Amino acid sequence: MDFFDTNFGIFLIILAQCLLVTVMVLVSLAFLMYADRKIWAAVQIRKGPNVVGAFGLLQSFADFLKYIVKEIVVPAGADKAVFFIAPMISFVLAVIAWAVIPFNDGWVVANLNVGILYIFAISSLEVYGVIMGGWASNSKYPFLGSLRSAAQMISYEVSIGFIIVGILISTGSLNLTAIVMAQSGDWGLLNWYWLPHLPMVVLFFISALAETNRPPFDLPEAEAELVAGYQVEYSSTPFLLFMIGELMAVVLMCALLTLLFFGGWLSPIPGAADLPILGDGVHWMVIKMAFWFFMFAMVKALVPRFRYDQLMRIGWKVFLPLSLAWVVLVSFFAHFELFGGAYARWAIGG
Amino acid sequence: MTVFAVIFYLFACTAVASALLVTLARNPVHSVLWLILCFFSAAGLFVLMGAEFLAMLLAIVYVGAVAVLFLFVVMMLDVDFAELKDGMAKHMPIGLLIAVILTVELMLIVGVWAFADAAPAMRQAVAPTPEDVENTVALGQLIYTDYIYMFQVAGLILLTAMIGAIVLTLRHRTDIKRQNVMEQMSRDPAKAVILTDVKPGQGI
Repeated sequence: MDFFDTNFGIFLIILAQCLLVTVMVLVSLAFLMYADRKIWAAVQIRKGPNVVGAFGLLQSFADFLKYIVKEIVVPAGADKAVFFIAPMISFVLAVIAWAVIPFNDGWVVANLNVGILYIFAISSLEVYGVIMGGWASNSKYPFLGSLRSAAQMISYEVSIGFIIVGILISTGSLNLTAIVMAQSGDWGLLNWYWLPHLPMVVLFFISALAETNRPPFDLPEAEAELVAGYQVEYSSTPFLLFMIGELMAVVLMCALLTLLFFGGWLSPIPGAADLPILGDGVHWMVIKMAFWFFMFAMVKALVPRFRYDQLMRIGWKVFLPLSLAWVVLVSFFAHFELFGGAYARWAIGG
Repeated sequence: MTVFAVIFYLFACTAVASALLVTLARNPVHSVLWLILCFFSAAGLFVLMGAEFLAMLLAIVYVGAVAVLFLFVVMMLDVDFAELKDGMAKHMPIGLLIAVILTVELMLIVGVWAFADAAPAMRQAVAPTPEDVENTVALGQLIYTDYIYMFQVAGLILLTAMIGAIVLTLRHRTDIKRQNVMEQMSRDPAKAVILTDVKPGQGI
């Protein structure tokens, strides 16, 4: 007991927590990648991966091995240091964002009181992996791809920021655990923020697609125009790092959707908060995240790719004014505690 | 306290070293990347001082937005370094003069703040934040309640600057092709698609 109160003991505990979260996320990522491909295949009436392991379950691990064993090719004119730092930045930023994500009440590595700002800061830094990768490759397509990608990520960050501000005004705190707890109440899923902030759920979902460069907004890697965007010159492990980083950002967006709008680990059933299985718990968080990942996968399978000018137009001329207007509206609702205080949870002690 | 000191010196040394490398790097893109590392270490120092809100703002605004803009501009520019270095000797005296003036000004301000007779009382007046208030809440209170008019004026000045920049750079060019989005969206199959019955061997 005493050992874990010393500096070294605390350090060990934090290290173990970090390792636990990282390993869990990485392992679940392998199966989410498999799920992504299976869903995509099912929509197109194909079988999808079905050879490695039972039902192809081990496909991602086989891919992983393949990436690691292959040779790393560095373009002759590349800026070597930046070329290798770029995928590392992508990967590391994607991992460290998970430090402030609460999976259950108290199940969080670092319970920062500016948690949501931290996530926002990390996701705004993710642009650098893309820009540096594209520039360091010293080749036309990667550079054009990275410029596109960076512009896209910055544009949609603005509207995501405003959507988050609406939630913060309702909660009165920047702490993610506090945001989830503000959504608890006697009405189960009707207490969550998706109901009062319904228009913003749609906006956030679409912005999340654009922010993570997922289809239909995967213009940075539009094959027909740019071969594969900023990843063209990457092979083997560096490419794997880029890919894991990208997918991890997608899962992080699923977690954010769950925490901000769908009550995190809270049970959707009214009055069931203390029951053993139906009650609040980490399983609800996982189920909700899996649901949102399914939505991401379905959008990828169903919606055709946007044109670049359409993407920019939606971001700046539709989403930004809408989310800004929503912030003003929410401030108004919250200040006068309209709708039974649904927009002012800090005031009604929710 | 020792852990605190170790981490402080880690961030401080990184900040100073990367700031030095900003000026020494031969490649301008590398300079900007070092600048980003410098901002980032400064954010780390803010966290150590308990100003986590300012740290996050530094990361979001400077690293996430301003430095990206720098990087964009520097990547697009075709800079000739030999030519830049040529002017070094010519501009050195002016540069040194500005550096000296800035240093003297900073020393004056810090010195007065530290040693003047009235300084202790003024320092007391600036920091009335109670212990139990988070610094996010305290900042919000200061900006949006206590000094709201100052904040509004600052916002108006920024807005004016923004409009000025847009007016100065906006050109309505008539000689290039543009997408008319309203026209594209108002298209429907009745106007865009014609169904014709083509006879074999005749064509349309």
